[in-house]
Amino acid sequence: MKFVDEFRAPELIAKAGEEIRRLADPARHYRIMEVCGGHTHAIYRFGLKDLLPANVELIHGPGCPVCVLPMGRIDDGLSLAANPDFIFAAFGDMMRVPGTHGSPLEYKARGMDVRIVYSPADALKLARTNPTKHVMFFAIGFETTAPSTALTLKRAKAEGLPNFSVFCNHVTIIPAIRAILDSPDMRLDGFVGPGHVSTVIGCRPYDWIAMDEGKPVVVSGFEPLDILQSIVMLLRQLRKGEARVENQYKRVVPWEGNRAALRAMAEVFELRPYFEWRGLGFISQSALKIRASYAEWDAEQRFSVPGVRVTDPKAAQCGEVLKGVLKPAQCKLFGRECTPEQPVGALMVSSEGSCAAYYNYEHRKPVTIANAPSN
Amino acid sequence: MCLAIPGKIVELDSQNALHAVVDVVGVRRKVDLGLLQDEPPVPGDWVLIHVGFAMSKISEADAVDQMRTLTMLGEADAAMEEVRGYGLENDGQDSWGQGPQSGNRS
Ligand code: SF4
Repeated sequence: MKFVDEFRAPELIAKAGEEIRRLADPARHYRIMEVCGGHTHAIYRFGLKDLLPANVELIHGPGCPVCVLPMGRIDDGLSLAANPDFIFAAFGDMMRVPGTHGSPLEYKARGMDVRIVYSPADALKLARTNPTKHVMFFAIGFETTAPSTALTLKRAKAEGLPNFSVFCNHVTIIPAIRAILDSPDMRLDGFVGPGHVSTVIGCRPYDWIAMDEGKPVVVSGFEPLDILQSIVMLLRQLRKGEARVENQYKRVVPWEGNRAALRAMAEVFELRPYFEWRGLGFISQSALKIRASYAEWDAEQRFSVPGVRVTDPKAAQCGEVLKGVLKPAQCKLFGRECTPEQPVGALMVSSEGSCAAYYNYEHRKPVTIANAPSN
Repeated sequence: MCLAIPGKIVELDSQNALHAVVDVVGVRRKVDLGLLQDEPPVPGDWVLIHVGFAMSKISEADAVDQMRTLTMLGEADAAMEEVRGYGLENDGQDSWGQGPQSGNRS
């Protein structure tokens, strides 16, 4: 397993760092966005910024599903589940995300039947084993997770399971990238493309970023060397004045994506005309809704949803941080009112959120590339 | 991160062709193969698992690599907690984790 040893090798990491310094034109300032929250986490965890020259800046993108979910959706989901016959089921990383009147975890403490599930299939199982209750799965995630929800809905329909529904908050990454590129205060030179989203959608959906916007995209893995190599690949293109989509994460991401997953999504979901994103506002065709043929299993079609819109607490600057306009520590609440223990914004909850990543690794500085565990 | 957990297919479910038992560092759980319909895995194959669904086939070397990535990222415990949680083995009684690192990532 030479391959694995290579990835561990600190010399290679040092080399990649050198190559980045060699490629980066000192007369330019490079702004590279890593779209995926997993990359943001890795960048802070390994202190990768310290290996980059000052003129290669990493901007954190919108790829953290709980972070971009506006508070109103959480409130809506929780208000439906206030019915005593309901079970509110969600992934663990939803549990501490604050709604206006508390997080799902706090609602649980007040007596709501809230359950962590690790798979949407397990929410279905909960419905089977609790036939007198209605189980509502609060679905979040990008294209990585949406196909699993789609298959779960297909199973529910095939079984004719009457007491199960999905409150669908699935979003799609491409329109968010477009919104960021369209926003006037954002100048970017290239993208580190998301790893696991791309196992589903493949690399083609990024073509327009290269062809129409003239910005290179490199789909990347999550190891320190993966990310550094992706930055090298981006800088090589920029130096030659090229803009292409490249796949650094070939060992996991097929160029064409996962067709079975895309079919399942297309069968069950359609695009919403628009959807609100925290920080980015309303983005057209940026989220998935459940098709009418699955209406019986769609909490929004089956029950009446209040559809509340709430603005984030005034001092919280989650929107600016999500857009990459502010760095986490520049938020007035960072590390004071807002900490991972007492999060005000969702970016402080998820390990993919840039505020939590910054707080845990940059603020406390426990791990750097030099002393990272090597097993 | 969208946790993607490597596992080895040890057994296909004779009752349900879309289910298989995977082994993730010694922990065995059932996962759904519905997303790999176009190239159904067989026992011995390695897959990446996300929220209880196998989402891609990978090589053994890449599986080892992925597990190490999770360890390096400090996500290995969360990954194992997620795998142990599949199938609601403890009868739907979820284990309330310790803070923001617990539970799976979407
Ligand atoms: S520190 Fe808290 S309030 Fe400020 S941007 Fe981050 S998550 Fe939002």
